[in-house]
Amino acid sequence: MTLEASIRLALGPLDLEMELTIDEDEVVALLGPNGAGKTTLLRAIAGLVPFRSGHVVLDGKVLEDTATRQYIPTERRPIGFVFQDYLLFPHLSVLDNVAFGLRARGTPRRAAADKAVEWLDRVGLKGYARAKPSELSGGQRQRVALARALAPDPRLLLLDEPLSALDVTTRAEVRRDLKHHLGSFQGIRLLVTHDPLEAVALADRLIVMEGGRLMQTGTSAEVTERPRSQYVADLVGVNLVRGAADHGSVRLTGGTAIAVAGAESGEVFAVIHPRAVALYRRRPEGSPRNVWPGRATNIELMGNRVRVRIDGEVPMVAEVTPAALKDLELIEGGEVWLSFKATDVMVYPA
Amino acid sequence: MRNRFVLFVSAILLAACGGTGGTASGSPSSSSLSGYINVFAAASLTASFNALGISFHQAHPGVGVNFNFAGTPTLVTQIEQGAPADVFASADTANMTKLTTDGFTSGASQIFARNQLEIVVAPGNPKGITGLADLAKPGLIYISEGPTVPAGTYSLQALATAGVKVTPKSLETSVTAVISKIELGEADAGIVYTTDIQAAGNKVQGVQIPAADNVIATYPIVSVKGTKYPDVATAFIDYVVSATGQSTLATFGFLSAA
Amino acid sequence: MRRERVPIVVLVPAAIGAAFFILPLLGLIVRSPWRDAITALTAPETVEALKLSLFASLSATALGLVLGVPLAWMYARVEFPGRDLLRALTTLPMVLPPVVGGIALLLAFGRRGLFGSWLDSTFGITLPFTTAGVVMAETFVAMPFLILTVEAGLRTMDRRYEEAARALGASRWRVFTRVTLPLIGPSLFAGAVLCWARALGEFGATITFAGNFPGVTQTMPLAVYLLLETNQNASFILSLVLLLISLVVLVGLRDRWLGSA
Repeated sequence: MTLEASIRLALGPLDLEMELTIDEDEVVALLGPNGAGKTTLLRAIAGLVPFRSGHVVLDGKVLEDTATRQYIPTERRPIGFVFQDYLLFPHLSVLDNVAFGLRARGTPRRAAADKAVEWLDRVGLKGYARAKPSELSGGQRQRVALARALAPDPRLLLLDEPLSALDVTTRAEVRRDLKHHLGSFQGIRLLVTHDPLEAVALADRLIVMEGGRLMQTGTSAEVTERPRSQYVADLVGVNLVRGAADHGSVRLTGGTAIAVAGAESGEVFAVIHPRAVALYRRRPEGSPRNVWPGRATNIELMGNRVRVRIDGEVPMVAEVTPAALKDLELIEGGEVWLSFKATDVMVYPA
Repeated sequence: MRNRFVLFVSAILLAACGGTGGTASGSPSSSSLSGYINVFAAASLTASFNALGISFHQAHPGVGVNFNFAGTPTLVTQIEQGAPADVFASADTANMTKLTTDGFTSGASQIFARNQLEIVVAPGNPKGITGLADLAKPGLIYISEGPTVPAGTYSLQALATAGVKVTPKSLETSVTAVISKIELGEADAGIVYTTDIQAAGNKVQGVQIPAADNVIATYPIVSVKGTKYPDVATAFIDYVVSATGQSTLATFGFLSAA
Repeated sequence: MRRERVPIVVLVPAAIGAAFFILPLLGLIVRSPWRDAITALTAPETVEALKLSLFASLSATALGLVLGVPLAWMYARVEFPGRDLLRALTTLPMVLPPVVGGIALLLAFGRRGLFGSWLDSTFGITLPFTTAGVVMAETFVAMPFLILTVEAGLRTMDRRYEEAARALGASRWRVFTRVTLPLIGPSLFAGAVLCWARALGEFGATITFAGNFPGVTQTMPLAVYLLLETNQNASFILSLVLLLISLVVLVGLRDRWLGSA
């Protein structure tokens, strides 16, 4: 079973152009900053947002195609949608909420109620059938929303920021349960999140979006090891630059050249881990060929490490020990020299 | 073809020629009467009393006359609730008795006119009504005044005398309301006074009721207790019962008081 | 908690304003002949008028719901040319003098009316002087209240619930009946009650369009008006009944009417 979508739409300030193909054997997360268009894309796949051109094909069946003017309305798509605020119907009991999709698709009352009870049991809410959504905690509501979406046996499960409405402690616990349910779901699973932890924990493959465009796609390992956008680089916490490689040197857009080990050529990304960046009070002597002066714009204590953001010809983030910081007598706004070895630069094609 | 405008003008001319009647100053040009009266009169007196008011004012330039026309029981209620009336002209004696018994009148009332009933229909008489019996025709929309309106009581009497059983589709609050529904074409027939049909001109048509079945309505008039201008009130009443007033009323179709 | 003193400039007019409304009610309560209340309320004409009023006002409310909710839905959800004009027209009866409404109804649905004449010539149906006419007159003046309230409810409800329902496979009708209607329940209820109260009290349009006959078209307000001439005590009692009903409605709905939308 495959979901294949190619969508071009404009909604307010967002101009979105995305293509994706998802198999049933992987959980995919759409990751990106707010405003990237992730939720819009999800809703477009569900049929809730009209698009200018494109198509959505699920399991070989056309759900929407602007070229042939085909459109199957949302209510006839075999989808399950978990909304960010859950949107449990406040006037219905938990049981009726979960049974809603079944009843809507024609299941008789008795059978629908039985199935709903089954699902409540599965998500650990046995005995809550008569309760009203307002009486439940956030975590419980999330589980009801999930059960409600899954009860009608959809083929495509869409989740919009499924954990963002929860507080930190509940989130970890619910994440575990969600991963379990996602694992046992036999269909296509696509979720949207702005939290990289959530993405990595729940998904097998990440699709990174920014400004309505695809930035990068791959397994979490691939994405985090080889970020292709500043967003991901920031998430992971590494330094990312882009330039033209030519036999041991990468020329950045500003004109600066970085010495690298390796023989790549062409457009490349270069990643330098903050720990590989060394700081000096004066221009250092010795082997590193990548040496620049700079100004420390931000110093942040993070556990037993210190992160220093340095502005200069090549803006960098360096990670040092508190002791080292003391030795440098470095304060915010202070002058400092940074350097890193060519061998510490990871280069890969852009 | 009765032309209401012609009637109006002739009434005015008559009044102008006839001069004033009644008491107070004898000479028309030097009337010293002054004041302001509100005359509460039955709806069926609308056209005639408007004419009388104009000629009365011409005879007594210092006097203002205001009219309030409505169904007689409505007027009685208004007066008893404190409405500022100076003269009350009723379409029957029953309502006059009620007002007198309740202590709102001043002096004795006098009969100043009589009237009789007539069936009113749309111009051209499209439903072909020839008499009271036709009012019971199936499919005909007959409306009447309410039972407390004099014309309503009289209608019931006339129908009873003629042995006709018919239920009105609506009980209106005055003869003028009945006439307007006939004019609008909403109802086919009603029973009003001859004078009403005359006053409505060519907007309606009348079908006579034989004298044997007909009812004579007597109209009394009286001064209301507490009037600020008793002289003017008396003068107006005297004018209405005078020869001039009576002939004016006759031109509008009223029968004489006696 | 320290209470701020109300300025005299506010207090005096406010007190006068309050008295302006309280005194008539007090007058009715005090002057009503309570001993005759039972006789007045159980007299056949009163019972007839009461039954007719209840029947007509409830019918008018039902008609108002059937016609008004779809209209409210169109105003709240559909963009179409002339929407604002149409909305203004259907709200007009709220500010129109009821008698004018009655005349307008006559000109449209009376025997010689635009539509009424066709009804008469084709089916022999006339609406004036019938109970149906009463229902029409009451619906005409009362439905705008329902439309406005329901429209406000539809506009302020969270429409994402409808999306959630659609995503669960609900047809548009099911979304409307199982999700939208329950969610606007309070507005719907308030609108219906306001509509009913207004219909119950309608006089001008009724007497002009439908006429006046006991049991057929003589509703409570008409009966009160006429009783004033024939049996004043009964008219006072009935007025009190009508006034109390209105009071109960308004007090019960005050949060809805003044608060939401």
